[in-house]
Amino acid sequence: MIELSLAQMAQGLRQKTFSSRELTQAFLDRISQLNPRINAFITVTAETALQQAEQADARLAQSDASPLTGLPLAHKDIFCTQGVRTTCGSRMLENFTAPYSATVVSRLEEAGMVSLGKTNLDEFAMGSSNESSWFGPTLNPWDLNAVPGGSSGGSAAAVAARLVPAATGTDTGGSIRQPAAFCGITGIKPTYGRVSRWGMIAYASSLDQGGPMARSAEDCALLLQAMAGFDPKDSTSIQRNLPQYADALHEPLQGLTLGLPKEYFGEDLSPAMAKVLEQAIQTLEKLGVRCKEVSLPLTRLAIPAYYVIAPAEASTNLSRYDGVRFGHRCDQPQDLEDLYKRSRSEGFGEEVKRRILVGTYALSEGFYDAYYRKAQQLRRLITQDFQSSLKEVDLLLAPTTPTPAFDLGSKINDPVQMYLEDIYTLGVNLAGLPALSMPAGQVAGRPVGLQLIGNHFEEARLLNVAHQFQQVTDHHLQKPSGIE
Amino acid sequence: MTLTTQDVEKVAHLARLQLDPQATDAYSQALTSILALVDQMQSIDTDGVLPMSHPMDATQRLRIDEVTEQPDRDHLQKIAPATEQGLYLVPRVVE
Repeated sequence: MIELSLAQMAQGLRQKTFSSRELTQAFLDRISQLNPRINAFITVTAETALQQAEQADARLAQSDASPLTGLPLAHKDIFCTQGVRTTCGSRMLENFTAPYSATVVSRLEEAGMVSLGKTNLDEFAMGSSNESSWFGPTLNPWDLNAVPGGSSGGSAAAVAARLVPAATGTDTGGSIRQPAAFCGITGIKPTYGRVSRWGMIAYASSLDQGGPMARSAEDCALLLQAMAGFDPKDSTSIQRNLPQYADALHEPLQGLTLGLPKEYFGEDLSPAMAKVLEQAIQTLEKLGVRCKEVSLPLTRLAIPAYYVIAPAEASTNLSRYDGVRFGHRCDQPQDLEDLYKRSRSEGFGEEVKRRILVGTYALSEGFYDAYYRKAQQLRRLITQDFQSSLKEVDLLLAPTTPTPAFDLGSKINDPVQMYLEDIYTLGVNLAGLPALSMPAGQVAGRPVGLQLIGNHFEEARLLNVAHQFQQVTDHHLQKPSGIE
Repeated sequence: MTLTTQDVEKVAHLARLQLDPQATDAYSQALTSILALVDQMQSIDTDGVLPMSHPMDATQRLRIDEVTEQPDRDHLQKIAPATEQGLYLVPRVVE
């Protein structure tokens, strides 16, 4: 039962092969058995999950069901959930129970999905390894010595370990795609503004975007259909009709041109990864795709531009944590300044403090032009590079990461080394483009992620190419070897 | 650009953070290396390029100026660390 795709599970529910309650219980059992080993969940909501499952079974019995009714999922613990604590991986919000639910959470709840709980993440989504979580790192189910990636590492590890069939994630600089790559699952970061940010705890507001993570492109398509769409509560939400993502999956790929950005296949890419990607490209060519080299000359500059813009926006967003209205408050504050300073210093971890300091510095008097303005100018040039290459080709194909999952502890003490890991994912966020990562093979037992990047609103095309690839390959069906 | 421990303390104050004095050195080293990475931006001439704050250059959507929400103060203040009669409590600011 736990190996089925979401579409197959939905069919099983309709054919009464199993009930949502049985399905939910099966995953809850997996969670109690395996979560202690990989720490993918911060909070498990077994009781409410079983109630939601019973409601879903009732809806199914009355033929009042959506395609997602009764299917289990988990939310990255950055999405506010009314009545369930939302920690964002931080001590600051360790005891925070949001008074409302995020739009993404409400939409999936209305569709009848059963939420099993909240998944682990880098603190405030700031990290590429899940090691900055106040609740301890999540481990990679393929190899318990490896990181699962970040920041949506708990979601990725939970899906890979079959603790849940699908999960939500967020992607500010690669936080859906990189953990999807490291854990051998499929995840899509939609176009900026496609999925509502309302109730999604803010990190860098001009870059943040929620999206689905699951085992296949087909499952991601089902979820995205319910998650995406205009939300009047999000002032940057896009008013534009949604295509039927599931219908688009079956389009043939003949005549499609994929661009291979040469800067993404250069010296940063591990040779073993390059070999795996080469095979995947050959598979796609057999499906009728044509590939040609393109150039994104400013690729490396995405790292400094991102590591100014994101911390600057973070330092502003995180100024709301003041120990007054919600979140951690220090004991016995002497005065207001002491209240602010101690509450924030006790509540935030090291990486969050570093980014707040970098952002505050970049925005401070006398430095604004050299840092924030400069980064925003580069952002435009980087976006223009993407736009001109996407005039030549339909989509871009690239590695998601330079290497497979790295070892726990190997980069956490060197922030710059950690930032360099994001080289292939950051540009997409700066340009607001949709991008997907899917498994393309393995290197030494660790999965390799292949990234597809499209122009704005081309999610359906990305899912289509990934689905066609997954119809003729079985990388996405491989089970992690590190547990069981 | 090297950030001294004094620079770090100044920025920390602006951000209302209190750093452990023993950790200030480590922060100044980390921030210095991050700024060295960031300074790679200066290698590109961006004269005359319009800064981009939204990936599609969209501007903020406006809505009709009317009351649409009825906030429930008691409900919203349940998550506050300290309140009294609907007010948030902070240390005395004015003697």
